[in-house]
Amino acid sequence: MKLVKLLVQGKLAATVKTGGCGECKNSCQSACKTSCTVGNQVCQK
Amino acid sequence: MKNWHSFKLFDKYFLFDVPSNSLFNIEAAVHHYLQGEITSSAEREQIEADLSELKALGYLLEAPELEPELKLDSIFKALCLHISHDCNLRCQYCFADTGPFGGDREQMSYEVGQAALDLLLKESGKREQLEVDFFGGEPLLNLEVVKQLVAYGREAATAVGKRINFTLTTNGIELDQAAQAFLNEAGIQMVLSLDGRPEVNDRLRGANCYQRIVPRFQELVAGRNQQNYYLRGTYTAYNLDFTNDVRHLYELGFREISLEPVVTTAGDYQLKMEHLPLIEQEYEKLAAYYLERKLAGDPFTFFHFEVSLEHGPCLPKRLTSCGAGFNYFAVTPQGDLYPCHQFVGRTGYKMGNVREGITQKELRQEFGSTTLYQKKGCAECWSRFYCSGGCHANAELFNQSIYHPDELGCALQRKRLECALGIKGILMEQNV
Repeated sequence: MKLVKLLVQGKLAATVKTGGCGECKNSCQSACKTSCTVGNQVCQK
Repeated sequence: MKNWHSFKLFDKYFLFDVPSNSLFNIEAAVHHYLQGEITSSAEREQIEADLSELKALGYLLEAPELEPELKLDSIFKALCLHISHDCNLRCQYCFADTGPFGGDREQMSYEVGQAALDLLLKESGKREQLEVDFFGGEPLLNLEVVKQLVAYGREAATAVGKRINFTLTTNGIELDQAAQAFLNEAGIQMVLSLDGRPEVNDRLRGANCYQRIVPRFQELVAGRNQQNYYLRGTYTAYNLDFTNDVRHLYELGFREISLEPVVTTAGDYQLKMEHLPLIEQEYEKLAAYYLERKLAGDPFTFFHFEVSLEHGPCLPKRLTSCGAGFNYFAVTPQGDLYPCHQFVGRTGYKMGNVREGITQKELRQEFGSTTLYQKKGCAECWSRFYCSGGCHANAELFNQSIYHPDELGCALQRKRLECALGIKGILMEQNV
């Protein structure tokens, strides 16, 4: 590809089957808490 | 369903593939083509060839919704203890009605807090790591009970093979050296409330409060080697130039910074849709400052710019959002349970109490099984896996339904995510 360059290859779709263990912390979408938000959490697996 | 998004940050163009969570650098012509703008036929041929190749690799697909089966494990993971429903400041924008959440100005007793921790441990299933926030009002107005509960919680958790991680949010007024010593030695994560420049902070939080707070926050942070805290401020319509506030916080020595839009439905300082273009420009200014500091080798973290494409949460987590009302609850000084700190005092959302546990079981099930696909507009939004449908409490506040997100909040979320992704792309291109 000449006009498009891959920077980060994510694998989110694959976690439909592998995810859901529930070990992650709660998040807070209103960002009152340091445990937030879903976007900057890291998987605990 | 919108499964991709192309955007520009500074002079760079990016393409984000939603289902895979992948990021591409693209030429301007590709962006214009994807936006439906006219491109020359010569360019179009190469663009379409590249996009076909992307599709062959599994990107840019009009795929069906990714909807895994949810495993609803009804355990408690976290509690927010409203240790004090009183405050020593009177911030005008306070969602807690300056402390009492519409009720009485009162403190949580040790007995109520102990019952809350017992409930958390009892209802946490096999989960080992648990979270407890001390919140208010101002928690340091009830510091002795905080100390007792930390000691009790640690001992009780250890006895059953678990661990409780504590967080405390404070405005800093009572953060004297004795309080700092306790909080640092006990390893309590801190959320420190400060809005930025003196005139910005004091306008809505009270005259001269800046000068009372700042030295104490600086001492606390120095005493914990810049670890385990967040400096958390609020911006309003009064300081739409909030990059200057982040810069000010940085210059005060803070390196873990979060600045959030005010949540209110009234007041001259309320953020409205008419402010959106200015706020979007401001986030770009903030992104530029963030990059400048990063490239200068003395970076800071800005909460919303820290996203992980490779190691973030799985899709089931992203669909179900924050866990409020399902495995996260707020506890009032009287021991009543609410879905989260923001719901406290709202009619119809009292879910039980620390002695009986959850009594509104159907409401708990509703919170737990609500996914972003049930929320208005979310299934079509490219940033859906980064906000998970947004904050239930904000949706309920602005639109009287947890299923109807606040449109301005959504727009800000999308802009912040564009900045975060663009920053990531620019740093990767520079191998930083």
